[in-house]
Amino acid sequence: MPLGLLKYGLRPRRPPDRFLPPRPELKRAYDTVIIGGGGHGLAAAYYLATEHGITDVAVLDKGYLGGGNTGRNTAIVRANYLTEEGVQFYAESLDLWRGLSNELDFNLQYTERGHLTLAHADSAIRTMRWRAEVNKHFGVDSELIFPDEIARLAPGLDLSSDVRHPVLAALYHPPGATARHDAVVWAYAARAAERGVELHSDTEVTGIQVESGRVTGVETSRGPIQCNRVLQAVAGQSSLVAAMAGFRLPIHTVPLQACVSLPLKPWLDPIVVSGSLHVYIWQSARGEVVIGGATDPYALYANRSTLEFAEGTLLPVLELFPFLANVKMLRQWAGMCDMTPDFSPVMGVTPVENLYIDAGWGTWGFKATPVCGKRMAELIATGRTPDLLEPFRLSRFAEFEQVGEKGAASVGH
Amino acid sequence: MTRERLPPPAGSRIDRAQPVTFEFEGRRYDAYTGDTIASALAASDVWCLSRSFKLHRPRGSFGFAGDEAGGLVQLETEPNVHADTRIIEPGMRVRAQNTVGGLDKDWAALLGLFERFLPVGFYYKAFYKPRGVWNWWEKIIRRTAGLGQVDRSWTPEYFDKAYAYCDVAVIGGGAAGLAAAAACGAQGLDVLVVEREPELGGWLTYGRLDPGDGTLDDLRGRVQGLPSVRVMTSATCTGWYAENWLAVSQGNRLHKVRAKAVIACTGGVSQPAVFRNNDLPGIVSASAAQRLIRHYGVRPGLRAAVLTAGDEGYAAALDLAENGTDVAAVVDCRLNGLTGPMASEAEARGHRILSGHTVREAWRDSQRLQIGGVLVTRVTGPGACAADGERIDCDLLVVAAGVAPAGGLLAQAGARFRPSGRGAVPRLASLPDHAFAAGVVAGAATVAQALAQGEQAAGAAAADLSGSAADALVNSARPDADESGATWPVFPHPHGHEFVDLDEDVTVREIEDALAEGYEDIELLKRYSTVGMGPSQGRLSAIATAAVTATVRGTSAAEVGATTNRPPTSPTRFGLFAGRGFQPVRRTPMHGWHVGAGAQMMTAGLWMRPAYYGPPDERADAIADEVLAVRRAVGLIDVSTLGGFEIRGPDAVEFLERAYTPSFRRLRVGRTRYALLTEEQGVVVDDGVAARLGPDHYYVTASTSGAEQLYPLLLWYQAQWQLDVDIADVTSAYGAINIAGPKARRVLERLGTNIDLSPEACPYLAARTGTLAGVDVRLLRIGFVGELGYEIHPPASQSLGLWEALIDAGREFGIRPFGVEAQRVLRLEKGHVIVTQDTDGLTHPHEVDLGWALGRRKPFFVGKRSIEILRAKGLARQLVGYAVPDRHAPVPEEGHLVVRDGEITGRVTSSAWSPVLDQAIGLAYVAPDQTDVGSTVTIKAARGRLVEAEVARLPFYDPDNVRQAV
Repeated sequence: MPLGLLKYGLRPRRPPDRFLPPRPELKRAYDTVIIGGGGHGLAAAYYLATEHGITDVAVLDKGYLGGGNTGRNTAIVRANYLTEEGVQFYAESLDLWRGLSNELDFNLQYTERGHLTLAHADSAIRTMRWRAEVNKHFGVDSELIFPDEIARLAPGLDLSSDVRHPVLAALYHPPGATARHDAVVWAYAARAAERGVELHSDTEVTGIQVESGRVTGVETSRGPIQCNRVLQAVAGQSSLVAAMAGFRLPIHTVPLQACVSLPLKPWLDPIVVSGSLHVYIWQSARGEVVIGGATDPYALYANRSTLEFAEGTLLPVLELFPFLANVKMLRQWAGMCDMTPDFSPVMGVTPVENLYIDAGWGTWGFKATPVCGKRMAELIATGRTPDLLEPFRLSRFAEFEQVGEKGAASVGH
Repeated sequence: MTRERLPPPAGSRIDRAQPVTFEFEGRRYDAYTGDTIASALAASDVWCLSRSFKLHRPRGSFGFAGDEAGGLVQLETEPNVHADTRIIEPGMRVRAQNTVGGLDKDWAALLGLFERFLPVGFYYKAFYKPRGVWNWWEKIIRRTAGLGQVDRSWTPEYFDKAYAYCDVAVIGGGAAGLAAAAACGAQGLDVLVVEREPELGGWLTYGRLDPGDGTLDDLRGRVQGLPSVRVMTSATCTGWYAENWLAVSQGNRLHKVRAKAVIACTGGVSQPAVFRNNDLPGIVSASAAQRLIRHYGVRPGLRAAVLTAGDEGYAAALDLAENGTDVAAVVDCRLNGLTGPMASEAEARGHRILSGHTVREAWRDSQRLQIGGVLVTRVTGPGACAADGERIDCDLLVVAAGVAPAGGLLAQAGARFRPSGRGAVPRLASLPDHAFAAGVVAGAATVAQALAQGEQAAGAAAADLSGSAADALVNSARPDADESGATWPVFPHPHGHEFVDLDEDVTVREIEDALAEGYEDIELLKRYSTVGMGPSQGRLSAIATAAVTATVRGTSAAEVGATTNRPPTSPTRFGLFAGRGFQPVRRTPMHGWHVGAGAQMMTAGLWMRPAYYGPPDERADAIADEVLAVRRAVGLIDVSTLGGFEIRGPDAVEFLERAYTPSFRRLRVGRTRYALLTEEQGVVVDDGVAARLGPDHYYVTASTSGAEQLYPLLLWYQAQWQLDVDIADVTSAYGAINIAGPKARRVLERLGTNIDLSPEACPYLAARTGTLAGVDVRLLRIGFVGELGYEIHPPASQSLGLWEALIDAGREFGIRPFGVEAQRVLRLEKGHVIVTQDTDGLTHPHEVDLGWALGRRKPFFVGKRSIEILRAKGLARQLVGYAVPDRHAPVPEEGHLVVRDGEITGRVTSSAWSPVLDQAIGLAYVAPDQTDVGSTVTIKAARGRLVEAEVARLPFYDPDNVRQAV
């Protein structure tokens, strides 16, 4: 029995302390406005407050905190990317994740359960060996493994050769982890608020004020706000918010769906991904099997579920784990993915002075939450783009300096 | 102990002539055909079916309608089965879920002793200090997770899918649904009725009706008499997706239904009341008690108490009393007295009625895992009751707290539900297009209302189908406890255990605490407390949650709002979604021949291709022999998997000029040219060969992996360019055979052909049509392997015959079939690039030395501008050939890195041991200053070993390209 719970249980009954603050009155002006109260926006607010002493910050969200993609993604954290820029960026994220529960004093249930990406074709083996080599070069633990070891790590996985797409090998990434996504939101929110950051849910930004190429404020559903700096961190809506400030993004937005099963007694420890079958699966702390697949095949702004997703995703799941045929889907849902041409995010300055962007998070945003928040805060506070973010600048598309991560996207797109 | 079943007409769904036996927790029980698992166990007075998710409390089903986790049991090959809806099968072996050591003595129930140390969200507040300790705790906590168990050795049975179309889909075959279906059918509309129960009728099959009431027979008769009405029973509509796309599961089949209009008659969900120990087995809804009696002939208890907030409880009390249950009291928690015919009848019959009272708490029977009695006290105000009152012993508590609209499906489709005024029960507030609703889900409280609504909805749907506007929304104001002066029946208790969510063990205090911690938004409250996250997805907890939240926040349930409804509306097996698992395989015409010849087949996209010919343990030798056969004599490879496109029309050449990088304007008829394709950012997408077969006729090949994506891309271009050109994918119309080697020409000549194959008449890069062994073929004198070679494209139907003829004719020349592996070595020796292996998502032509394939003088091709910009920027990397001089060094593998001073400068993309050159060769990206032939680069090979490689001139083999031109 942990001491914390012991103390809690033994003290006289009284209502627990408030953790998330009530929504304050909206002031007329802030130093910094963060559009988007998801993990990224809240993390940036937290690091602005803790590392740079900037606390005159308002985080605005059109709905509830973490109600966008932070609360919709499947909570996988990994660093087994393909490019040097990507691997170094996500490696720093892993470092931050590992200490985050203790830093934020809230159990994010960050659990390193191992991450297996299956190869069903020799072309996939080549890419995985490449990824493993780049990973190892930067100290990230990844290894190409073969069916004997795969069987040990994921018992029950159908490794027979008479299936349509036999498993030939896998990229094994032991630090691959999962975290409780909501907890990340709440912890960053509470710890930022403790330091003076204001959290404004149900506060929709409807316009961005720009004067002489410089941001001066935002219009919201609760009235206008003046500010010196704005960060947009609105995964799934990035193009729409950028348009408010008058610039376009090389992003198209598509829905991504996922589903969970009824709870089962634990039988699967690692995260299992098959890029060529377009599916991934892991089992949560509740025992629910969490399943995701490829993004929807067309651009759309709608968080609707489709039958086609359920059909097209569960078929390959049953090829990998046939015995799940009688397991029942509990619910399915969707989020919005801002896809960039090179499958890498967009972080940094924009054509509008003092307007910073954190976008293009496609299907890979959650795992970057701490590092992105920390480094974006550094950029906002200092005005200088950190080296780690430089490759991901918005201007890279016009400059033909893309960071090609398609080969490391968890599933096809 | 098995009780006698009630005599008929009770037990309408069981066949007493067909008794069956089954096992639960290792004990044998009797049942009848038609029983559910839970009804048969209830008949044997077994009410506890499982242990709860968190605290391992004894649980059963409350609603007997396939909702709560408490009713989930384990079958041998299926976890999480709703015992209250699954029809029993002879010999079925059923186990309880989530127990440690059995249902009766569940060791994990000791967790309950620590309950005070496990507040809401406790797992966020502990287990992480000091850093690293979570890894240890997680393993322990994880062991307690989950409900049912999977059997990893089980092989699934057959699942499939069917499609259906209709004018009107009626979801729910109760009174409203049948009235709607009959009215639609009478107008000649094509109607599909989907009913999840085994029979039509809904409430009419178990409700308290006058004995002479003929409503059900009348409705069934009307529906069955209509030829345009189809009825599906035991069929559940689990999803209502966009454009009225319905998922209906029935047995092992998923029906996908497209309906022009949908009428939802999905009824209601009986809600639990919230009081201490409201989770005990033996506490059931009024509807459940009535169904146990009428459907299964089960007397639900010997002595019952009834807690009601409406007329339904009185009906149940009357039914119980008439069927031999001693009804100790009807406890009516409403403050403003009795209303309704059933209440009047109960009063008239002398039932003991405790008005303005509630059940403050229930307790467990001292012997068994079920209810033993209730404490009934006076209601003193909203959500408050006296501490002391009357103790009533009972083995059954029937609860009629209210009925929520079963609005999950409608909400998925876009309908909105919202409580009115200060009430707690959601009411249908708006409907999306082409959607209608009738019956309890739309607020009907009586059969008469349901029938009227059904007809009204049918009229609206018919009008909608005919294109006229219809007033879609029908909604009756169903009287519920919340609107009759009292609040929703939630009675917090100083000692807790008043469960708001039976699935998740969430109590009133936990809701209150979560709110106090700041999780005030209903979505945050759900995510933090887990209320509504369990198997019933809030169907039995949402109203109470909203009521508690509204009370704490001093607002109304309408203000509190509700969480989003998501499909499926009831848990649905993966197998139903997956179906038969149709996974197409593409086989070339020669597939059978390859297998017969001992080829090891490999997948290449959807295709199967021979990797090499011979047993796996002779792989290396087989590949080397195939390579040497091509170099020294002749070999042939099946390349039918290559894409083939016919590009015809006056603008054919213009189309090629725009889509592909080289220029084709000067390509003469009868000649071929390398055809490289880049996308708008200048990235290499695919390559092939374009052969000009006639003035306006080109035949263009594409790579095996690229063909499938390429065809839609070409069509997309054409959709924009609108040229006078026709593009046809003829990939599967033609087979393709590449014959290569110094003796290739002799084999063809031996076979007999009307094409003049002499080097003068058919030089390198020529394209000819003619006959070969009597088969009409397209013959391209091209090759990938650097020897004299011909790519022969016969019609698919004659490909096998031609292949066999080539093998026969080539026998005397030592012909060998070769596979993909040998081809890879051969092409590598020639330094040819394989697009997607030697290129990646950012490779542009100059990086892979394909600048020569760019039509520089063309005004436009897709990617031209980008390539020019990239070239002007200077290359960031370049693909070069390398050879490893040290024959004992490890052979680098594809994906190994090229490093310099601890930095990555590139990677190996192709690697092989060349049998001809007798050394390891390969292609690798290197930094632009590492490309000098003869210079050394370092490759980080397996286990970090550094291998020195020498940059080589390409091609490795036959550098002057003499052999392919002979």
